[in-house]
Amino acid sequence: MTDAPLMPRRRELHPVAHDPDYKTSVTRSPNLPLLSMESTPSEETGPRFGHSLIGALDNNLILNFSRGTAPAIGERIRIFGRVLDETGRPVPETLVEIWQANAGGRYRHVKDTYFAPLDPNFGGCGRTLTDAEGRYEFLTIRPGAYPWPNRANDWRPMHVHFSVFGHAFGQRLITQMYFEGDPLIERCPIVHTVRDRGQIDRLVASLDLQNSRAMDFLAYRFDIVLRGRRQTMFENRPEGM
Amino acid sequence: MTTARDLLEETASQTAGPFVHIGCIPTFAGVEGVFPEDLGLSPIRDDAKGERLTIRGAIFDGTGWPLRDAMLESWQADAAGLFPGQEGADPGVGGFCRFAADRETGEFTLKTVRPGRVALRDGRMQAPHISLWIVARGINTGLQTRIYFEDEDNTADPLLSRIEQRPRVQTLIAKRTGAGEFRFDIRLQGEGETVFLDL
Ligand SMILES: [Fe+3]
Repeated sequence: MTDAPLMPRRRELHPVAHDPDYKTSVTRSPNLPLLSMESTPSEETGPRFGHSLIGALDNNLILNFSRGTAPAIGERIRIFGRVLDETGRPVPETLVEIWQANAGGRYRHVKDTYFAPLDPNFGGCGRTLTDAEGRYEFLTIRPGAYPWPNRANDWRPMHVHFSVFGHAFGQRLITQMYFEGDPLIERCPIVHTVRDRGQIDRLVASLDLQNSRAMDFLAYRFDIVLRGRRQTMFENRPEGM
Repeated sequence: MTTARDLLEETASQTAGPFVHIGCIPTFAGVEGVFPEDLGLSPIRDDAKGERLTIRGAIFDGTGWPLRDAMLESWQADAAGLFPGQEGADPGVGGFCRFAADRETGEFTLKTVRPGRVALRDGRMQAPHISLWIVARGINTGLQTRIYFEDEDNTADPLLSRIEQRPRVQTLIAKRTGAGEFRFDIRLQGEGETVFLDL
């Protein structure tokens, strides 16, 4: 099953490439159609990463920059969920990486010149491997909203950037997670590069009090779906026949 | 059997934004000490078999300006055409690399080994190539493309053969600039627009 072709990507579920409301996309979007073909081994295989890669604090953004010595400033949250494929199967042992602004909405990056101060104890990146059932979790602080140069007064809603590998290079996905109830979601041109309402709603993590810890952190649940593999029995001859 | 109605919908992509380096190559971004080193620093170890290649290039937007905030990932077979994890694959080839456009010039460099030919399921052979995935601010869904090589026989490659406008094939072919050295520029739109893939 692992080398079966990938299901074609349903492009209508993804953002449009060219969107005048997101100005940078205007000069960075291909004008010509993509070349479509059935996936090949180059897309059906992909890098795998082992547990030896992951350090004990890698998925704890509150502590991983200070190496456990001093916590980052901000509202403590747990982000958790599962990585599945389109057929509903969990994607185990796959690398999930996140990055985000600090509680004031500032990134630790030379190109981020927003007034909000850096937090000396917040780096802004984390990573983990999913378990056998595709589950992952991070402990972090709620990122602040921040302004960005687009239209005159555009603000990004609170968000966490996610990068997920899957088991095939053709499953590679980068996306963003938003927070239930944030009024800036509706006003964000980047969110609305996705035209499908249901797809936008699935980028919004819901508050999950059940999985919160009293006097410690709130929990937000965010499940991620990667491309699946086709069942080949009906389309291709089984090997050796 | 799973029917179309049972399928989940793939999570929508969102742009990687200008600070993708913080999450994917934090040391490069100046966020040091969280991880021992950045992931995917090289696709090969010193003992990898095959011809060493250095591929340089840049990514240009529709105005001809090079992107300075892009991150790229590459994935390839070893010199014998086997992917990491396949039986008999060269343990010296990890196959995966992450690299970034230079913050000042937009130039990127990939040092690797020349990949071998890889067969399709139906037995047709693909010309040697390296798969690329490009993300940046303004790119809403990561762009897939491939690097082929000028000095290989690319005539029967199944993917290149599907490109109707034959001059566009050249956008996927790295040009030899010296011994083991190639140039591969990517144009996101406009004249000479690179062929991007959906597979
Ligand atoms: Fe951001």
